[in-house]
Amino acid sequence: MPVPGAVLRCLGLSVCLSAGLPAVAVAAPAAPLSPADSAWLRRDGYDLDAANVARFRAMGRSGLLEAQLADRIRDPLPPGIDAQLRAFPILAQPLQATLLAFKQGQEQLQSMPDGDAKAEAKKSQQQMLNDAADQARQITLLRAVYGSNQLKEQMVGFWLNHFSVFAGKGAVRLMAADYEEQVIRPHALGKFKDLVLATLKSPAMLEFLDNAQNANGKVNENYARELMELHTLGVGSGYTQQDVQQLALILTGAGVRPLDGRVQKFGPRVAPLVVNDGMFQFNPKRHDFSDKVLLGERIQGSGFDEITQAVNLITRQKACAQFISRKLAQYFVADQPPQSLVDRMSVTFQRSDGDIAQVLRTLFESPELLQSAGKKFKDPTQFVVSAVRLAYDGKPIANPRPMLNWLNQLGEPVFGRQTPDGWPLDAVGWASSGQMSKRFEIARSIGSGYNKLFTPEGSDKAQGGFPMITTPLYYEAIGPHLSAATTAALNQATSPQEWNTFLLSSPDFNNR
Amino acid sequence: MNRRDFLVASAVAAATLPTLSFSGKLFAAPASAPRFLMVFLRGGYDCNNLLVPYASDFYYESRPTLAIARPDPHNPNSAIALDGHWGLNPVLHDSLYPLWQRKQLAFVPFAGTDDLSRSHFETQDNIEAGLAGDQHGHYGSGFLARLAGAMPGSAPIAFTDALPLSFQGGRDIPNLSLRGVSKPVFDERQSSILAAMYKGTTLAAPVSDGLQLRQQVSKDLQDEMTKAGRGAQTAQNFAAETRRIATLMRDQYRLGFVDVGGWDTHVNQGGAQGQLSNNLANLGQGLAAFADAMGDQWKDTTVVVVSEFGRTFRENGNRGTDHGHGTVYWVLGGSVHGGRIAGEQVAVAPGSLLQNRDYPVLNNYRDLLGGLLGRTWGLSTAQLQSVFPGARPNGLQLV
Repeated sequence: MPVPGAVLRCLGLSVCLSAGLPAVAVAAPAAPLSPADSAWLRRDGYDLDAANVARFRAMGRSGLLEAQLADRIRDPLPPGIDAQLRAFPILAQPLQATLLAFKQGQEQLQSMPDGDAKAEAKKSQQQMLNDAADQARQITLLRAVYGSNQLKEQMVGFWLNHFSVFAGKGAVRLMAADYEEQVIRPHALGKFKDLVLATLKSPAMLEFLDNAQNANGKVNENYARELMELHTLGVGSGYTQQDVQQLALILTGAGVRPLDGRVQKFGPRVAPLVVNDGMFQFNPKRHDFSDKVLLGERIQGSGFDEITQAVNLITRQKACAQFISRKLAQYFVADQPPQSLVDRMSVTFQRSDGDIAQVLRTLFESPELLQSAGKKFKDPTQFVVSAVRLAYDGKPIANPRPMLNWLNQLGEPVFGRQTPDGWPLDAVGWASSGQMSKRFEIARSIGSGYNKLFTPEGSDKAQGGFPMITTPLYYEAIGPHLSAATTAALNQATSPQEWNTFLLSSPDFNNR
Repeated sequence: MNRRDFLVASAVAAATLPTLSFSGKLFAAPASAPRFLMVFLRGGYDCNNLLVPYASDFYYESRPTLAIARPDPHNPNSAIALDGHWGLNPVLHDSLYPLWQRKQLAFVPFAGTDDLSRSHFETQDNIEAGLAGDQHGHYGSGFLARLAGAMPGSAPIAFTDALPLSFQGGRDIPNLSLRGVSKPVFDERQSSILAAMYKGTTLAAPVSDGLQLRQQVSKDLQDEMTKAGRGAQTAQNFAAETRRIATLMRDQYRLGFVDVGGWDTHVNQGGAQGQLSNNLANLGQGLAAFADAMGDQWKDTTVVVVSEFGRTFRENGNRGTDHGHGTVYWVLGGSVHGGRIAGEQVAVAPGSLLQNRDYPVLNNYRDLLGGLLGRTWGLSTAQLQSVFPGARPNGLQLV
């Protein structure tokens, strides 16, 4: 089939077949990245874009890694993306105000008589919840695609999944954006125990796993159990039901401050024991002050300090170092990561008091990372984010909603995991026959431009065209390393749209 | 398409398209081979407004706004008497009641699991894993995947977007939702090229199956696709979906799974009319359509409708019901010994509620499903134990 030149539309961001030859000629082809460098860089970010390849060329492997781990790569977002983020009301308003507005709406709703007005008010409350969740999802994806520190962006995604919260539960929707921006993001490369404590004190986690309801005499073990089973130690690592119960007692009183800011009455004896931090409150009146024994160590009943002690104790366990190292290696390296690598990461974890950046250094300097290159199947988030990065290469999209829809179709909606265990990290969860063919269809949506990424919300006039992937980036870092089977497929493409579709569907692109 | 047509079509395809081949499981099902469809109602449907315990005053006391009226020939919104104690929601009058009259439909009240968490996710997962109570939380494989493994040629398929836990842990079990069926996005040339890229990789089978299935299904559903103008049709109702499912289960697939949501009716559940009854009507029409569309194969087919739990016996303050425990399972099929309420029962009274809240479970789903599958599929004891380890199969003489 001949390519009808008149049909080709150019996005202007990259080379266009019909008018693009001069642009190709201008960019003097740089020497291709070595296979090892390309493989390394594909895992260092949500796969490749030109900006990260340029950074890599300028700084080298260790230079880039160090700058990322020290959080020194802070290039501004493209203006179009920055403007979208600034326009999200959920980011413009403090969380407390958002929650208060919703609570007042609910109270008003309760006092209304049944009827049309009430139904209308109910609908608008529901709309508020859904809008908040949608904004949080769009924020997360825009940052993942356009954030300059791609290693950090992946870690934000990794921790959001590790400390998973489900937007559909209660008011978590209103808190999800705050959770991503204020709880996970600032701690993504810091000390693990600080990250645990930040999630422990976050309204989203307090609500999702019910610790806000955990009080002296009305103990709720839900969070205590998941804190050890899913967040730190792993199931079967040796803690007992007794430990869960003791930890639940330690966590009594950790909850959310009254939203309306009313003055709480604490007697002179307990007042000094109150801890307020943002929306978090440790309320000594709801705390069990008995002495506890956790993982064989005695923790004296003292108030909030018990919680810090418990988090320190738990995150110092070898089981925690192993559990977290293993999950990281599973995310970046292989479904069944080599034990040698997990052990070395685990040693770093323990020696550095759980410094996430140092553990990542061990991982990204390891020979195992490269030995497994090209064999780790991308989960839907990695697929969608990396496909948009490669296809549009830094050009600001106007509407992230298609990405949300694709992730829904692929079964990995953002903040959509109902159970607290997070989405699977291995290929089994994502590579069923139905999921593979759906993935190819989404590859086609992206590769052919049959999508609304460039059509602003509310506009019914489809904008944008299909992307051009045959850019210098492709020739430098992708084309030379493709398998024979993928190259053969690309050679059979009868249009650039089809060529894009094949590339984005290929095993080379879907594994890294 | 019968097996011969398929082989011919495959041969033609093979001549022109050397690379796209199905991974070898797409056989025509032998005409008399058993078929099994599991229908999972996700969300915990309110069984008390499906199978109405109309002889119980306690039911009417507990549900001042939700109860369905006692059978009354002059009231079309009253329950249809099935026996002296139980009545059927009247919205099923034209769809499932005829199957009941033909004795092809049975209900098993007080059915469910030994999972008392009353959590949707945990209970659904535990049902799909199919393990005994002391093994809860082990989600390595689902019981349908183990059944497929024990019965070569069972031709399993999930009619869902993702592979449900029931079918996980098996070998290359395909999934495809038939809710919306459109013309395949890729033509045969493109499908072959896509599949060829994955040849020899670990994903070769799912890739090739997924692409082939899309082509195959659109061929099988050709009539409907042609009628649908632009070639795409979204199931407006469950019946449209189940007719498609029947098309595939008549000829090729024998072990199917589909799920239906929307049952978590905490608020404004409605009585003989309203939210829940609309859902039940849709479900009933879907099951009746399936029975009809299975044609001659209906006699070899068993359908079981399950849900993770029942709901509170008493209505709540929002004219709805909350998470409960025991529920009512439905068993349908051309050869089912139906027209009866099967299994252990207890009088519906305050004293018989579990924790003064909901139905107890007297008929464990593992024993029931084990009994049904064991008999219809002719499973040995060892095979049954691999599907439901530790279960005591009891099909309640339903098959």
